[in-house]
Amino acid sequence: MSLTSPPFSPAGTAGPARAAEAPAPPRGASPGRRRTRRPRTRADSALTAVGLVGIAGVVATVWLGLWVTPPDEFMGNLVRLLYIHPPLAWVMFLAYGVSFLASLLYLWPRTRSARFDRLAGASAEVGVVFTGLTLVTGSLWGRPTWGQWWTWDPLLTTTALLFVLYLGYLALRRVPGEPEARAKRSAIAALVAFIDVPIVYFSVLWWKSLHQAPSIDLTTRKTYVHGSMAWTLLLGFLSFTVVFAWLVAHRYRLAVLEDREESEGLALALAERRAEAPEAP
Amino acid sequence: MWRDAALVAGKDLRVELRAKIGLNQVVPFALVVLVLFGLALGPSDAALRPAAAGLFWVTVLFAAVLAVQRSFAIEASDEARDGLRLSGLDAGGIFLGKAAAVAAQLIVLELVLALVASLLFDTHLSGAGLLVGTCVAATAGLAAVGTIYGAVAMGTRVRETLLPLLFFPLVAPVLLAATKAWKEALAGTPSHGLGWLSVLAVFAVAYLAIGTVAFGPLLEDG
Repeated sequence: MSLTSPPFSPAGTAGPARAAEAPAPPRGASPGRRRTRRPRTRADSALTAVGLVGIAGVVATVWLGLWVTPPDEFMGNLVRLLYIHPPLAWVMFLAYGVSFLASLLYLWPRTRSARFDRLAGASAEVGVVFTGLTLVTGSLWGRPTWGQWWTWDPLLTTTALLFVLYLGYLALRRVPGEPEARAKRSAIAALVAFIDVPIVYFSVLWWKSLHQAPSIDLTTRKTYVHGSMAWTLLLGFLSFTVVFAWLVAHRYRLAVLEDREESEGLALALAERRAEAPEAP
Repeated sequence: MWRDAALVAGKDLRVELRAKIGLNQVVPFALVVLVLFGLALGPSDAALRPAAAGLFWVTVLFAAVLAVQRSFAIEASDEARDGLRLSGLDAGGIFLGKAAAVAAQLIVLELVLALVASLLFDTHLSGAGLLVGTCVAATAGLAAVGTIYGAVAMGTRVRETLLPLLFFPLVAPVLLAATKAWKEALAGTPSHGLGWLSVLAVFAVAYLAIGTVAFGPLLEDG
């Protein structure tokens, strides 16, 4: 997408006469499109580098996890999910933590800035994707090891509730409105949602206190993790974190562009209306 | 702040007493939901009796959304919200007042529902102290969260659909803890339910505190 192209074509507002008077270049077919592109900045290159490092890390994790590391004594090849499932869950918590902190910073009058609002939104959005992936990989792991796709384990239940909680938060963010009012109510909703997480976790923990075995199982198994497995797991954590940072940075840039489209689109529409006015008889 | 809260709560309850929306619509709706649960799980009492506590609280959650929507519909019409903003009342007081009015309506609703549920689901109400304590703590939490999210959703044009999506996942611990506490009370072991009562109390206190602080900025714009 070219940054200098008009935010949207005002097809609805322009009649045929108006179009003839100021012929807009057809989108996508203009030969000058490439030349009007914003020049590459250092930030662009840094972002690309981060992305490449992240992708290389994930590829290396997959290679190590599938081919180099040995199968587990008890779980066999299923243990290979260890290299992606915990890193995904870690990124999920990281994302919600970043979103929470950014929301706090937004609400704090001294540090109030649209940047923190965008960061909170970007991070929560990536967090929801990783929550979905955590649930899917967890289910895939649970079926052969525990014999069922789903159990009402505290971690699982908390994750599922987190998923719906933040889906609600994203839905709230998508509601159009005054940017500042939207940012403020989103920030408050993020705080309210984040504080719920420990309450949910502990209440589900007591609720299902008899069925702790699965998650204890997860932690005790860590004692078997050594050598190449430990390195692969570590690499998994690092590379997923880098991928997270990369995705958030891109989502953040997209949010900047969305904000710009909103404001410039409005200015453009206003200017067009003004231009139409004198023509009226 | 407390005086402002009493004023706002009095205003909301007076509006409700005159309009009787809660009495004429929300209470009958809750009763319909109870009957529907009976149809879905019945007719044998064996299936209904163990589920009675959970069904009761799910019904209360549904009714709570309606009560909150009604509470903010009052403010949405005739620019009443601007009046509230210009009134000079303390924002924390407005929050507590609105939450108290919602809570008072819910308590009345719970009283009616509990009696009907005990008849429909053939459950003997026992452990009255824990039942009432759970109702008070759970209702305070529901009203607090409902009022925060009611104000969050009020500024948007999609509040009818947005509020349940925001509200239900957040109050999941209330449903869980209140159901557990009621089960213990109905089973004749109220002392086991005290831990759940404390979960409800922590939830209510946390969200009442957040709401009191956050309501000012929420009311300012939107």
